Amino acid sequence: MDSVLLLSTIVKIVVVAHLLIIGVMVMIWAERRVSGWMQDRLGPNRVGPQGLLQPIADGIKFLFKEELIPNHVDKPIYVLAPALLLVPAMITVAVVPFGNSIEIAGREIFLQIADINIGILYVLAITSLGVYGVVLGAWASNNKYSLLGGLRSSAQMISYELTLGLSIIGVLMLSSSLSLRDIAAEQGAYPWKWNFLIHFPAFLAFTTAMFAETNRLPFDLAEAEQELVAGYHTEYSSMKFAMFFMAEYMNMIVGSAVTVSLFLGGWHFFGLENLGGPVLSGLISFGIFFIKTAIFLFVFIWVRWTLPRFRYDGLMNLGWKFLLPVALSSVVVTGILWVITNGNRLAIGIGNVVAAFIVICIVGGLLVMNKPPEPAAPEISDLNALERNTTG
Amino acid sequence: MNAEQICFIIFGLISLSGAIAVICFRNPIYSALALIVTFFSQAGLFILLGAPFVAAAQVIVYAGAIMVLFLFVIMLLNLGTLSTRTNIGGKMKGFAIFLGILFAIEGIYIAFKATGDSGVAREPVETKDIGKLLFSEYLLPFEVTSLILLAALIGIIALVKREKSNT
Repeated sequence: MDSVLLLSTIVKIVVVAHLLIIGVMVMIWAERRVSGWMQDRLGPNRVGPQGLLQPIADGIKFLFKEELIPNHVDKPIYVLAPALLLVPAMITVAVVPFGNSIEIAGREIFLQIADINIGILYVLAITSLGVYGVVLGAWASNNKYSLLGGLRSSAQMISYELTLGLSIIGVLMLSSSLSLRDIAAEQGAYPWKWNFLIHFPAFLAFTTAMFAETNRLPFDLAEAEQELVAGYHTEYSSMKFAMFFMAEYMNMIVGSAVTVSLFLGGWHFFGLENLGGPVLSGLISFGIFFIKTAIFLFVFIWVRWTLPRFRYDGLMNLGWKFLLPVALSSVVVTGILWVITNGNRLAIGIGNVVAAFIVICIVGGLLVMNKPPEPAAPEISDLNALERNTTG
Repeated sequence: MNAEQICFIIFGLISLSGAIAVICFRNPIYSALALIVTFFSQAGLFILLGAPFVAAAQVIVYAGAIMVLFLFVIMLLNLGTLSTRTNIGGKMKGFAIFLGILFAIEGIYIAFKATGDSGVAREPVETKDIGKLLFSEYLLPFEVTSLILLAALIGIIALVKREKSNT
């Protein structure tokens, strides 16, 4: 390993890690401001211009708060759990290509920390570890509400992980690579060639599964405050609570970045990324990727104030009876059409939508047919009799 | 010692101490956690052997899915800490000693037979090559494995499915 490669890698790691943390702070601010805007109120606007320094003030407050460890907790795991959630959220970003490449001193430096050839498998592997932070934090808290939240969350994550994995297989087939850089590069400059149109049902399934994996509304049953206080982080205070909080936002940012590189063309936008010199074009491609991720993050907040929370059975029904069959149909149809039409993107795109429609119709039909009969409504004469009896 | 050997020693030590911790902890949750540590460091060993795909599969399947279910079950059953050392019977003790000696002989045999050449790929194996091999040379074992998995799936559903009551 030569010194230039080593140096550039270190610089990339430092920059990306700090961007992530700053991104979390901006996201917390944006969430509160956008929430305020959507509910026709102001949101935090006192600290700094437009309230931008509010997250920093919150962070300082968290750091100086008294660290409270309740007596009834299992101390080692209680302390470990927030880190177990935060670390996977942070290291997933290592394989995300956040831009094309920059040429410095005659060397091409890719804007990606590590281009490993199992890229997307790495993402799936690391995100599947995130559940431990939630489950262990819940268990160690020794509190029934926390435990219920943790169990809900782990069941939800296991169920939606399948959809998450299956829905990207079609994408992998077309790009015939697991590397996120190859997948993003393969999609080309124009939006109608991006994967979200070719694999539209899979894109919807993936996005929905990602909302569930990040524990965001409408899937935040693990911390449904009406039922479970604050779910798995009820017993946590000061910086440990803040770590859970940061991990949630970090998961959102990394999830959006992965979605952008898988389905939304990565750093491409109408060839804009090729303008300028060797350095400028790299920076432009980074800017494009950044804006796409930011738009997707806005969708996260938007959905939060659009959809109400699912009930638990609804969540499981959606995951197992609709998203999973749709993702499976996408795998089958993409595979068959890829061989028959010799990789015709238009045919695959149309085939995917038709197949998903058929699958949803079949599943919906089966659900309606097998629905247990509603208990018959009491007759009006019975009601009158009841009323007479109770009042008389 | 080069970097690879240092990494091997680190991963090996973590893996071994995790494995020992699994049987030493009295609390099942801690044991499960130690097992996760072992699986994870084994994934590191696979990467050292030039098999990133196997490493990812190890983390996804064992650390990410199976151990979550383990934890789930332990938490649901709410198993407490083992307070006293459970006394294993004389027959079991003899069997355990026999297995231990067998294992030690195996270990010593492998240690003496080992040559410098580990016989593994120096270059990381591409996932594409694994896929091609699975669907050509090892097609029959692959399909048989998937059939077994399918049978297990159907079996589980048949076992846990409740018959519809007529009421």
